Amino acid sequence: MKTCLVVDDSKVIRKVARHILETLAFEVREACDGREALDACRVAVPDVVLLDWNMPVMSGMDFLRALRDADLPSRPKVVFCTTENGMAYIRAAIEAGADEYVMKPFDRETLESKLQIVGLA
Amino acid sequence: MASSATSSVSSNAAAVLGALLEARTGQQLASYRSWRLDTALIPLLRERGLDTLDQLVALLLSGRDPGIGDRIVDALVNGESSFFRDSAVFDQLVEAVAEHEAAGHRVRLWSAGCATGQEPLSLAMIFAERQADQGAAMPEIVASDVSEQALARARAGRFTQFEIQRGLPIRRMMRWFEGDGGDWQARPDLVRLIQFRRQNLVADRAPPGRFDLILCRNVLIYLSPATKARVFETLAQALRPGGTLVLGAGETVIGHSDAFEPCRRFRGFYRRVGGEEKLAAA
Ligand SMILES: C[S@@+](CC[C@H](N)C(=O)[O-])C[C@H]1O[C@@H](n2cnc3c(N)ncnc32)[C@H](O)[C@@H]1O
Repeated sequence: MKTCLVVDDSKVIRKVARHILETLAFEVREACDGREALDACRVAVPDVVLLDWNMPVMSGMDFLRALRDADLPSRPKVVFCTTENGMAYIRAAIEAGADEYVMKPFDRETLESKLQIVGLA
Repeated sequence: MASSATSSVSSNAAAVLGALLEARTGQQLASYRSWRLDTALIPLLRERGLDTLDQLVALLLSGRDPGIGDRIVDALVNGESSFFRDSAVFDQLVEAVAEHEAAGHRVRLWSAGCATGQEPLSLAMIFAERQADQGAAMPEIVASDVSEQALARARAGRFTQFEIQRGLPIRRMMRWFEGDGGDWQARPDLVRLIQFRRQNLVADRAPPGRFDLILCRNVLIYLSPATKARVFETLAQALRPGGTLVLGAGETVIGHSDAFEPCRRFRGFYRRVGGEEKLAAA
């Protein structure tokens, strides 16, 4: 089964994302911030990380940089999923190693389409 | 077989609107889910200050509002589209185009039933990138639709956040679009690569000249078999001998036309059979 780590400080968003991802046959794990997410990746590397930008403790960007520097057995895809929808943010995320970018609000088609683009749906 | 959802639409109004749509586009309303009538026409009713579909039909039949027929048709056609829809098709298409280019002329592509422009813009992005990266020639891209409203949106190249996220890889979005406070705007140099024109597949001639490849995807599904056969004839005439027709996933020419045969190399692609002799004899 494909695995997705949903990283978002909003419980509602995590729930919505989990629901959509499960219908797309993903096994879903959740983390509330970048620090928790990094720990989760050290335990088991997911196929894809769905990543919020603004979170307490460790932001999505700080997580992404740490993830790309970390010595992990595989390289998970990272799909940013955030309300930051300006081109400058998008460019910064891609330069830091994100593979795709979802602008909130999103729906099932959007998420499915982006997962297809990174080769996972 | 009236469902409760259609109870607010008198069967008379539904019949008139269905007949209008089929006469103008070949699209059969009966095959749509009937609730579409109500929901699809609400904005037009509001705009014209009307309360019911019966009033709309009365206005249509009165002849007092010459543009109203087009507006009804615009509202009723299914204009659903997305960037790089069925993305594997676009990989195959690049190869098919390269084969046509081997003949030594500038390749011409036609996106027939282009809706709000995602299909021709996808083509334009692929081939503009190919030109920039490999110096390959830019094919000519013609895009058409029966709906003036859809075409106006296509020409404008503006997309909502939801539309822009369907099928368009983020790197391509960064390269070819500019964020514009919610909406996303295609760069003018991309839109300029496409010649848009209004064309009704069931009533009008094809755009002039012969094409190497025609995309006619998710347009013919709701046409009657007889109308479909006529449209395939038009498409066959518009293709060079050996030219390629690309239909939507799950669509086929088989049983509707013998002017095409399935391509051996590419799934869902059809090859125009019969050479110049057949065309000359026609
Ligand atoms: C579902 S969209 C498909 C768009 C695009 N080809 C795709 O696959 O994403 C169908 C389009 O066909 C157009 N259409 C329907 N009947 C037509 C006709 N008789 N002539 C030209 N276009 C037509 C509609 O206006 C609509 O924009």
